[in-house]
Formats: sequence, structure tokens, C-alpha cells
Amino acid sequence: MQIYLPIAEVSVNAFLLLGLGGLVGVLSGMFGVGGGFLMTPLLFFIGIPPAVAVATEANQIVASSFSGVLAHFKRRTVDLRMGTVLLIGGLIGAALGVMVFNYLKAQGQVDLLVKLCYVVFLGVIGGLMFFESLKAIRNTKRGKPPARKKHNWIHGLPFKMRFRVSGLYISVIPPVIVGIAVGILAAIMGVGGGFIMVPAMIYLLGMPTKVVVGTSLFQIIFVTAFTTMLHATTNYTVDIVLAVLLLVGGVIGAQIGTRIGVKMKAEQLRILLALMVLAVCGKLALDLLLQPSEVFSLGAAGGH
Amino acid sequence: MRALLPLLLAALLLALPARANEEIVLGLSQAEVSITTNFNGSEILVYGAVKRDQPIPDGPELQVVMTVSGPSEPVIVRRKEKRFGIWVNTEAVEVDRAPSYYAVVTSAPMADVLKRTEDLRHKVSIPRAIRSVGAPMEIADAASFTQALIRIRKAAEQYQVIEGGVTVDEQTLFRAAVRLPAALTEGAYDTRIFLTRSGNVVAQYETIIDVRKVGLERWLFTLSRENAFLYGLMSLAIAIAAGWGASAIFSVFRR
Repeated sequence: MQIYLPIAEVSVNAFLLLGLGGLVGVLSGMFGVGGGFLMTPLLFFIGIPPAVAVATEANQIVASSFSGVLAHFKRRTVDLRMGTVLLIGGLIGAALGVMVFNYLKAQGQVDLLVKLCYVVFLGVIGGLMFFESLKAIRNTKRGKPPARKKHNWIHGLPFKMRFRVSGLYISVIPPVIVGIAVGILAAIMGVGGGFIMVPAMIYLLGMPTKVVVGTSLFQIIFVTAFTTMLHATTNYTVDIVLAVLLLVGGVIGAQIGTRIGVKMKAEQLRILLALMVLAVCGKLALDLLLQPSEVFSLGAAGGH
Repeated sequence: MRALLPLLLAALLLALPARANEEIVLGLSQAEVSITTNFNGSEILVYGAVKRDQPIPDGPELQVVMTVSGPSEPVIVRRKEKRFGIWVNTEAVEVDRAPSYYAVVTSAPMADVLKRTEDLRHKVSIPRAIRSVGAPMEIADAASFTQALIRIRKAAEQYQVIEGGVTVDEQTLFRAAVRLPAALTEGAYDTRIFLTRSGNVVAQYETIIDVRKVGLERWLFTLSRENAFLYGLMSLAIAIAAGWGASAIFSVFRR
């Protein structure tokens, strides 16, 4: 069934969109990532104009994250206090990121920078997670107990706060910095930033994996809601019909994903996420390295 | 000026008989296209007749050329080149005006129905319908950018050339079909019909097909432009409601 999207001004298959939404929703629920880093390229691929894809994707992430976070609230796996601290950093970062983005836009080549950002970050994070999880799985197979969290320099910082749900007593400085960094990247790359946030929470802040997913989703809701409003009021690029189709599939997928995620072991969950991140990274890297079949591309004029 | 006047008059007199001789009477299967939610492209049937007050002239047969053109906009065409091992956008050419949709339908191969000079004058073929004046000095092959624009839009069926798409009966009746793709921009679609003999235009007719969003599409589009803040809040409210709804439904299933 074809549906005409009023803002994107293209006609697409409604079931295709529902399916895409569902697929990304499952991943989102499983891993606590918004799924923007997967969905946005997929939308480009089916012919949605990039500006509309990025803006509408933000709106869809609000829905799937909200659906996911409710499931996590019931399980008490959301660290509200940590989420709020991260959110404060995230909003500051997002505002900074928009400034950086506009500066780079004025210099030209913003597409390239976004793609390079994706390749570098997805590659590094995916690679690190993959090897770390592989090691953890090997250790549990051999019967070794998982390595205890070590005390490092992070624990020497001032402004300590107790995060009961995460079982942490650390300074608020690292989470705020993580929030800002993720916010900047999220604004530049046009995604919620879950795929950066989740590993940062696990490896930098030492939060337990089960709590990480819910907390990340909680933070993503607000950052993406902020982005949606920004796009809707300044660029008029939020396509509500597209968003509804994606989010109907997405919210159902997120519910299923959350249930799958609970049944799986943390290491398995992480290794799957790592593989997925690496796959997207590889695809983008190939796009940059191989000769494209069409070296010309069309863009709307005005605003170079 | 004085010397020119008789010349002009003579030209007019020469031109007049040909013009008055054959005239186009046209009908469209639909004069407007409504974009609804389930809009999936549209086929417009154009049928017409040639009205004349004299018998059909001898000589070459009457041919028909039709063009349908969507609203024009400037477009930037960028070219990628390999720099430091990766493919980067390097050069860009701004094409001043390119129609969002353009179709040429003819009754015979293009070369037979229209002379180059007539094509230039009436801007019929696709390269003529696109206007590109100012390519930056440092770009040597500006033409390849325009060609790329045509190639990309042809692949997306936004630009079409249908040779032999017009059927002409007895040099008097003709009909043609134009397919408008699903990805359609709003606006007035300029439709032109040319009658030609041995490549010269003998009569011409112009009309407009109106392409408009209607109903829900219209309402959402207007709201998003005129009341952007409300539209944004509505999008968020729908997102939150859908997220909550799915969660509630699933918790019912689990019990």
C-alpha cells in the first residue's frame, strides 16, 4: 500500500515503513539505543530526503525510547538520578553541537565530516566492545569469575554523589562530561547518541549493563524531543505521517526487544550490539572508499 | 524603425495564414491532480483535434509534440572525486532552473518532428528546458553537470522522453498519455502542445494542470508551515502516546 508523505513529498510503501520501524524498534529495546544510526541511513536508502529523514527520525526515537523506558521502569532498571545528570550534560552538549554543526556547514563538507564521525566512532566503539565481550565470554566459559571493577582516577574526583540504582558512589563530573560529549556528537551526527552513551556508561562510569539500557533510553527521550522541536520550528522537516508509520512499528518492536534483552546474557547482548555497530561502520567506510556508481549528486540550492 | 515596420508586417502576413489554418482544440482527462494520502502517481490522458477551415494541406504529415513541466527550481549538482583515498564532494555547479518534472511526448522520433532551431525557440527537449548559465570559471566541463542532472532525474522517472507516445489519426485527431510519478511536487504543471510539419511549429496550445495536496495532506502541510510549534508539539504528543499505548497493550498481554 503506497502512502504519500505530505512533508517529504514522496510516496512510499506503508508496510515497508512499518517493517523498518519494527526492526529498528526491536534493536532499540534490546540494546537501549535509539536506533537512529541505523534508521537514518535506511531512510536515505528508500528515497526520503535527508533533512526530512534526520528530523523525523528524532521524533520516532522519542516514541520507541518512551515505550522502552516504561518497560524498564516496571523492572526498576532506570537510574533516574544518573539519567538526570547525563541529561543536563546532554542538553548543554546538544546546544554546543548545533553551533559546531552550523560552523562546519559554513565551511562546506559537512556531509563528509558526519560520515567520517560515524566511521571513526562506530569503528572504535564497535571494535572495543566486540573484543571486550569476547574476552568476557571466554572467561565465563573457563569458569573464571568476571573481573571486579577497579578503582581508578575517576573515583578521586570531587562532588561525589550516590547513585543507588547503579550501585555507584562517584563524582558527578564524569557523567556530565559524558553527557556533553554525547550531546555534541548526537547533534552533529543527527542521532540520539545511545550507541555512544551505552558503552561510555559501561566502560567509563562502570555502571551495570542492566541499568545502562533503561537510563540511556530515559536520557534519549529528552534529547530527541528537544531536537524534534528544533527541526519542526526552524526547518519544517518533521513529517508526521512518516513518523507515525515508523513509530507504530517501532513501539511494538521496542516492547519485543526489551523482552528479548532481559532473557539474554549481558555479554551476548554487547557482542551483538558490537557486531551491528561494526557492520554499519563497514558499510559507511566502503561508501567513502569505493568509487560510487554515480559520482554526481543533486542538492537543493540556496545555503551552500 | 520606419524601415523595420514593413518587414514586420510582411513577416506577420506570412506567419498568419499558417497559424490561422490549423488550430488545436484540447481536452484533458483531468485538469487537476489531487494528492491524497494514498496518492500513487497519476496518468493523465490528453486528447485533441485539429480545427481547420481548409482541407488538409499536402506535403509532410502533421506531427504532434507535447510537454508537461513541473515547477522549476534551482538545483546544485555536486561531483565526487577521490582525495586522500576517500570520495569527497569537490566541485559543484548551480543549475539556475530545472523543472521538478518534465515529460516530452512526441508522435515520431524527436529528430523528425522538430527542427533544432524550433527546439531552441520553444525550449522543448529536456536540455533546453533546463537553464544553466553561470558555471564557475574553474570548472572546464560544466556540460557534464547538466548531463548528470538529466541522467539522475531520468533514472527516477522525473524526466521522460516518450517518442511515439502521441497517436495521430487522419492528421486531425490525436491523443497521448502522460504518467505523473508518485513523488510529485505541488504546483502548476505547464502543458504545451505543438503541431509541426517537416519540423516547423505550425500551431501551439498551452494549458495548466494543477497539482494540489488535498484533505489531510493539505491540512498537515499547512499546519507544519503556519503553526510549526503546535505541529512539533503534536508530533511529540503522538510519539509519547504511541510509546505509552504500546507499553500498556503489551503489559495486558503479559498478564
